[in-house]
Amino acid sequence: MPAQTLFEKVWRRHEVVAGSAATPAVLYIDLHLIHEVTSPQAFALLRERGLPVARPARTFATMDHSTPTLTAQVFGGAPIAIDSAAKQVRELERNCAEFGVELLGLQHAQRGIVHVIGPELGLTQPGQTVVCGDSHTSTHGALGALAFGIGTTEVGHVFATQCLLQRKPRTFAINVEGGLQPGVTAKDLILAVIGRIGVGGATGHVIEYRGGTIRALDMESRMTVCNMSIEAGARAGMIAPDETTFAWLAGRPRAPQGAQWERAVADWGTLPGDGGAHFDRQIDIDAGSIEPMITWGTNPGMVIPVGGSIPQRGDDAVYGRALDYMGLSAGQPLQGAPVNVVFLGSCTNSRLSDLRSAAHILRGRRVAKGLRMLVVPGSQQIKREAEAEGLDRVFIEAGAEWRESGCSMCLGMNGDLVAAGEYSVSTSNRNFEGRQGKGARTLLASPLTAAACAVRGRVTDPREFL
Amino acid sequence: MQPLQTLRSRTVVLPGANIDTDQIIPARFLTTTTRTGLGASLFADWRYDGTGAARPDFALNRPEARGCSVLVAGHNFGCGSSREHAAWALADYGIRAVISTGIADIFRNNALKNGLLPVVVDGDTGGWLLDNPGVEVTLDVASATLVLPQGRSVSFALEPFAQHCLLEGVDELGFLLARRGVIEAWEQRR
Ligand code: SF4
Repeated sequence: MPAQTLFEKVWRRHEVVAGSAATPAVLYIDLHLIHEVTSPQAFALLRERGLPVARPARTFATMDHSTPTLTAQVFGGAPIAIDSAAKQVRELERNCAEFGVELLGLQHAQRGIVHVIGPELGLTQPGQTVVCGDSHTSTHGALGALAFGIGTTEVGHVFATQCLLQRKPRTFAINVEGGLQPGVTAKDLILAVIGRIGVGGATGHVIEYRGGTIRALDMESRMTVCNMSIEAGARAGMIAPDETTFAWLAGRPRAPQGAQWERAVADWGTLPGDGGAHFDRQIDIDAGSIEPMITWGTNPGMVIPVGGSIPQRGDDAVYGRALDYMGLSAGQPLQGAPVNVVFLGSCTNSRLSDLRSAAHILRGRRVAKGLRMLVVPGSQQIKREAEAEGLDRVFIEAGAEWRESGCSMCLGMNGDLVAAGEYSVSTSNRNFEGRQGKGARTLLASPLTAAACAVRGRVTDPREFL
Repeated sequence: MQPLQTLRSRTVVLPGANIDTDQIIPARFLTTTTRTGLGASLFADWRYDGTGAARPDFALNRPEARGCSVLVAGHNFGCGSSREHAAWALADYGIRAVISTGIADIFRNNALKNGLLPVVVDGDTGGWLLDNPGVEVTLDVASATLVLPQGRSVSFALEPFAQHCLLEGVDELGFLLARRGVIEAWEQRR
């Protein structure tokens, strides 16, 4: 058998029927994660056709997108402020009860953003196929799973058959070598990668992140990297499982235990790609040259080092439109530009290490006068862990708001919004027009940079605080 | 799913590259629990001003766009989120095909499942279509060709299986359900 990549190994393990010229492959799905926004119409399809959920034990539901983050609405009995969101939350409860799907509901101690809790609970494991009606499913690839986002019709297919019809994507190796400079994080690394290959640069491909820099990243950083694979258009992002992966997974509630764990680790050890395996594309990235990054435009590829200037692209209408929307001009440095809102959260950067890194800068300081900072942990468990080490106090004493977990300000559908015209430095993954609210202007950055911006009330290089 | 065999329409053009699904249908409309009626919110923040009035300069609002069922867009159309609401909104509005030099993967999959034909063309053809809004084109699914006004025809890639589903108006679910026995046998073996 020819040398195989990590992706090819996982793909082959799940090919129920291989693809042919006439038909795509039938691919088996190990783990199907669902949430309130992209599942109702798929449950409706089951009802229309009189079908059950074929493998409810492989399906897990949480609520995160349209779910409020205000404690009063989550635990205090106050009604969910947006009626249609409340209806969606209730409908997920009803659907899960009717179809026998386990739901980590609104007040559940393990609820959180779907891409945070999958790995956190040990549901996501190396070598699995994982899907969710959500493009940032790529996050789970950090554990060596093949994980990708699907549409609602496909959610229905997985419900009904536990399989999907798929054409095999191409492979793309991103080799990263060298040490990251102080103040430079996984978020800066992936923003730099997207800046280099562009927002459509990996369309049709599954990325595998490889090399010494990636090996040296902790699991949470690896998740940040894989999370934003979709922002380069990739179908999925993957990292080969290793000792770091196994140590992080060991003992998690849904991970294999005891003798099963030993067997699983032995099997997972065979997943990394064979030496000499072929990739359809490859690029090399020098990690040492990366600086803290920040976006200036309306897609994640419009990104510069925080100390840099917005590039000049005279006749490009898309650039012009992005600059108009952002109220910025070509050639302008971003450093020192005013910031109205800082959002620390989302499935990209809401894990304990992200909160710690922001707290490192905020401890003993206050957010700038008039600036609003929202800190939203990725899961209820992270919230408890952060509170146990006093991070909530750091944020609250700095003048930030500390919320229940959820997608929050990452997307404007749960009541947490940035006002039109305001500048938001956000640790999330999308700076599209209106993403954080109609007319909102988003600058994507790492938790360190976001915290530095919060303190100064202006775009700031986090290295000033290190 | 409505079958799609041939489509003859004038084009409506949105020239920008990287038009993302948050523009096609902003998140605040995603709290719906049905797949119908989203056409009214298609491109909402580009189509309507702050008071909810239609912006006369937006391509879809121009009188000549009325009745057009072919959208021509800049490179990498449909990037961003997996929300199928984007395909539902386009289809509900009356768009049956999107032509671009690049279409994002998840959007492309979602489009095909809703009888919306994704057509990826070469740079020259794409550039010409962007520069000549309102031309009449014909799309033929069976031969996977796009016919331009002077009769020039351009072929585009369309998977045989997706082509079959479009022509017959069938969903892939039937195909998968017919293989339930194979899937169960595979589960036993693994
Ligand atoms: S945090 Fe943002 S990107 Fe992540 S799942 Fe929620 S809405 Fe999507």
